[in-house]
Amino acid sequence: MIHTEALTRSFRVGKETIEAVRGIDLDVAEGELVAFLGPNGAGKSTTLRMLTSLLPPSSGSAQVAGVDVVAKPAEVRRRIGYIGQKDGAGHNYRVWDELVMQGRFYGMSKAQAVANGEDLLRTLDLDALRMRKVSTLSGGQKRRLDIALGLIHAPGLLFLDEPSTGMDPQNRANLWEHITRIREQRGTTIVLTTHYLDEADAMAERVVIIDHGRIIADDTADALKRKQAGDRLTVVVRPADADRTRGLLATEGSEPAEKPDPDGVALSIRVEAASHAMPGVLERLRTAGVDVLAASARQPTLDDVFLNLTGRSLREGES
Amino acid sequence: MVALSLPAPPRTSVLTDVGHVWWRETLTIVRDPFSLIFSLVQPLVFLGFFGPLLSGLAGDGALFGGSSLQWFLPGVVVMITMFGTSMTGANLQFEIMTGAFERMLATPLARSSLMVGRALKELTPLVVQAAIITLVAIPFGFVLYPMHVVVGLVMLGIFGVGVGALSYALAIAARKTEWIFWAVQQSLLFPLLILSGMMLPLETGPGWMQVVSKFNPLTYIVDAERVLFSGTFGSLTIVWGFVAALVTAAVGLFVGVRSIRKATI
Ligand SMILES: Nc1ncnc2c1ncn2[C@@H]1O[C@H](COP(=O)(O)OP(=O)(O)O)[C@@H](O)[C@H]1O
Ligand SMILES: [Mg+2]
Repeated sequence: MIHTEALTRSFRVGKETIEAVRGIDLDVAEGELVAFLGPNGAGKSTTLRMLTSLLPPSSGSAQVAGVDVVAKPAEVRRRIGYIGQKDGAGHNYRVWDELVMQGRFYGMSKAQAVANGEDLLRTLDLDALRMRKVSTLSGGQKRRLDIALGLIHAPGLLFLDEPSTGMDPQNRANLWEHITRIREQRGTTIVLTTHYLDEADAMAERVVIIDHGRIIADDTADALKRKQAGDRLTVVVRPADADRTRGLLATEGSEPAEKPDPDGVALSIRVEAASHAMPGVLERLRTAGVDVLAASARQPTLDDVFLNLTGRSLREGES
Repeated sequence: MVALSLPAPPRTSVLTDVGHVWWRETLTIVRDPFSLIFSLVQPLVFLGFFGPLLSGLAGDGALFGGSSLQWFLPGVVVMITMFGTSMTGANLQFEIMTGAFERMLATPLARSSLMVGRALKELTPLVVQAAIITLVAIPFGFVLYPMHVVVGLVMLGIFGVGVGALSYALAIAARKTEWIFWAVQQSLLFPLLILSGMMLPLETGPGWMQVVSKFNPLTYIVDAERVLFSGTFGSLTIVWGFVAALVTAAVGLFVGVRSIRKATI
């Protein structure tokens, strides 16, 4: 569905050149749900705007929905849906008018645009707002309308740039329910960007981590966490038992890290599938005569993955 | 890996696209017709205040070759065309800011239709405005030649699309600093209007003004409209008017489409 080779884009601002995207190689198959995860300014939107033909690349190539974005941008636009980072709906227009006209822009008949529009109003809870002027809608309502605008022509490939930004948790959950449903019904391929860790983690089947204009990791969230961070198993023991415990733990996983704890010493190791490893580890510690005061198994987050890859936390930049 | 090809919806013609963009814009008037009523007041005010001044100035007949109303009314119609279409970019600038423009750029709409459709929307009220001021002027001695006026409006339509496209390009160029749009629009609009002989005849003005006016496409439009509104078809002035309109439209569309392609909104 998408194939890019060494895609780059730079901007000139005054005398300075900003290398927003520095070489993206990406393949997305039909039906995938891919999330671009990265801090603000990583180059997610710029990449998306190149894939949607809105921005010509500085170098490299991209095929989207079977069409070259540089050679035939108009053909790309006919085959995809795009929901940008800003409000797609015009503020001075009515909700229903914008929706129907968007269908017409894609060459749909009036009847078809009306039918799809009615459908979307219902699934996105916009029915009561159809005659409202867009400028009077709340942020979450506007965002839902943007989603409807992007879906009116039932595209097989959909790009969403930060779809849930500015939404409250309730609306975010609703939005995801809609996206998931549309995908189940139509098998739509979806590429979205987000800087919300939990969103990428919970929703996307494949997470592409972008930093400074490059892909630094690309896998399922689970695999990323397993390979790039790993589970942590922590036990708390009395200081007297610390040395013995350290020796035993070293045979179970990585070199133990030590932290003081109110009850004694906390020792933690990186192991695969920590919660499954835990009973065995505790058993062997007890057999060796170690009195374990507390134990925990923690699965890593995507933030641990990002931290591990870049030495920075994604949360720092979050507003 | 070869990227999978997706089927595409039927292709639409540029004219269909123009129609769709025009109708989207026009819906703002349809949904809020009061905005139109306000736009009718302005040309009436112009006609009501300037008309008597002009006839007083000229003692009617001498300077204007007939009634001053017959001379002045086509000028007012050209003026409202300029006011309307040169604002095309203002609405656009707002939509660039909010993001609606980017959403439309991502649709298969032809690039030229985005401009032409918007410019035609600004011309839509013009038809109503022209009809009303004409009807109001009839009791005061204005003679209406309907066929000639229709041809005149077609010429203004072509010209207006060009002005609209240029205004559109200006909005894109000034997308980061809103006031520049207004500064340029205002500082071009009034000199162009005055140096076309639209409000006052240039025949009595200094020589340099008459020379400059020869390089102003608007001059040819205004002259042609005057000939048409006076009920004449057989004049070379009308041909020059159409040439000026077509050249403006061609230049406007060229510059406009280029600026859409080049800009990184
Ligand atoms: N039109 C533009 N002109 C100049 N710089 C830009 C433009 N668009 C993006 N950039 C810069 O490119 C970098 C990447 O931006 P962007 O792709 O929007 O990041 P993200 O979406 O990941 O937050 C940033 O440094 C941004 O300032
Ligand atoms: Mg972004």
